[in-house]
Amino acid sequence: MERSVVIAGFGGQGVILAGKILAQAGMSHGLEVTWLPSYGPEMRGGTANCTVILSDQPIGSPIVDEPSAVIALNLPSLDKFEPTVAKKGILLVNRSLIARDVKRKDIVSHAIPINDIAAQVGNLRTVNMVALGAYVKATGVVPLDAVKRAMAAAMRDGGKEKLVEINEKALDAGYAAIP
Amino acid sequence: MGERYLLRGNEVIAEAAIRAGCQCYFAYPITPQGELVEHMARHMPRLGRTFIQAESEVAAISMVYGAAAAGVRTMTSSSSPGISLKQEGISYIAGSNLPAVIVNVVRGGPGLGNIAPSQCDYFQAVKGGGHGDYHMIVLGPSTVPEAGELTMLAFELADRYRTPVMILADGLLGQMMEPVELPESLELSKLPQKPWAATGAKGRDPNIILSFDLSPENLKRMNLELQAKYAEIRKNEVRWEEMDTADADIVVVAYGSIARIAKTVIRMARAEGIRLGLFRPITLWPYPYEPLRDLADRVHTILTVEMSAGQMWEDVRLAVAERAASPFYGEMGGVVPTPNGILSEVKKYAR
Repeated sequence: MERSVVIAGFGGQGVILAGKILAQAGMSHGLEVTWLPSYGPEMRGGTANCTVILSDQPIGSPIVDEPSAVIALNLPSLDKFEPTVAKKGILLVNRSLIARDVKRKDIVSHAIPINDIAAQVGNLRTVNMVALGAYVKATGVVPLDAVKRAMAAAMRDGGKEKLVEINEKALDAGYAAIP
Repeated sequence: MGERYLLRGNEVIAEAAIRAGCQCYFAYPITPQGELVEHMARHMPRLGRTFIQAESEVAAISMVYGAAAAGVRTMTSSSSPGISLKQEGISYIAGSNLPAVIVNVVRGGPGLGNIAPSQCDYFQAVKGGGHGDYHMIVLGPSTVPEAGELTMLAFELADRYRTPVMILADGLLGQMMEPVELPESLELSKLPQKPWAATGAKGRDPNIILSFDLSPENLKRMNLELQAKYAEIRKNEVRWEEMDTADADIVVVAYGSIARIAKTVIRMARAEGIRLGLFRPITLWPYPYEPLRDLADRVHTILTVEMSAGQMWEDVRLAVAERAASPFYGEMGGVVPTPNGILSEVKKYAR
């Protein structure tokens, strides 16, 4: 079974890193994965996004027309990717920054106050991990523990070991935000 | 199974070059292959090898010429506009019978273009972008692991035939990450001997490495020798992959990133009862004309899909001629054909 997610937001919200951590977790969990970033001028300020595919089979296209899930951290991302979500797919919306409702009726959507949860966790820059925790709960594609291990490794590689703990809290808080 | 790493195509090409014994790497940075330069900058000095960020692309390819003449494995990399600047040096390397690896992570063109994925440098790579009657071996990796394998092969073929070899990738392959098992490192002491190299002539006759001869008779002979080498390469080194062609009615011909997207399209098409196959050239020069010709006798349509205006399509039509219908679907300017986009083209030809 092949599952895909587009993670999209402002440059600086950490969507590229969230995708890498998910891909790393998937690989460690024994899955085939691809990670494809939007690159270049979108890296700061505009809308950055990446596509992650996780599958138990070899993956052909790293590009998906209809992702099985979308995480929209800002309004431009919701506007751009809501129409693309596969039927019965999952849409996670950052209610803290997006006032409008989801239009699609043929998908499962979750509106979560991701920035507010990150602020409660104690660091607004953990928005990406709150979102990823919610995604893992909503889809069950990989165990939360695998994501935590991948996150900790990514932090260590970046020389930011002291951020492991707060990012774990953020993953837990996002996970708990989905019923 | 060995350990799997999650790496970008750019990083895997760089790491494979190191493991293939690349001792001298010269480049000038450009997107979308920046990570390749960064990986070499990080690791080559640590291994006691040479990394130089040259003052220009022309300087970088000239340094490659020098290092190749001195007998070491050497590489440069760039993206489209930078590769254009290297054409003079590539012609000199070919004319001097030197082994070298050149990586082009193609982006949108012409001119400054943009930094998005493209395959618009196909003509330049396979038909000779520089002056003179020469060819490079051109390898078109389709996945991140294959980018590593073909980089190892590029160094091997360059040495075997004393010829420049190009890895023709694109921005999508360079930027994407995928699990990869890295190849074993080759021991420098076990690399092929190069008795022709300019290593210092003490105690022997000098080796002269030159692409210059004022005598037309002599230069003609040099050219005939080059052509004989190309005939040998055409005979020995044609590589391609076929998927689901045995019972196919329609075949997509695609290389690089587009070929892997086409693999998804095959699954989608077959789920709808369309017998679709894939023919994927791995060597873009020498081109797999003969197997494609054979395939054209067995199917009704050969659809070429490319991120260009139809550059490889010309080679496809040379092979297919009147044997089958030979339509084309392409995108330009950094737009990447999606699975749905390719499938709807395929459906136009399904009977």
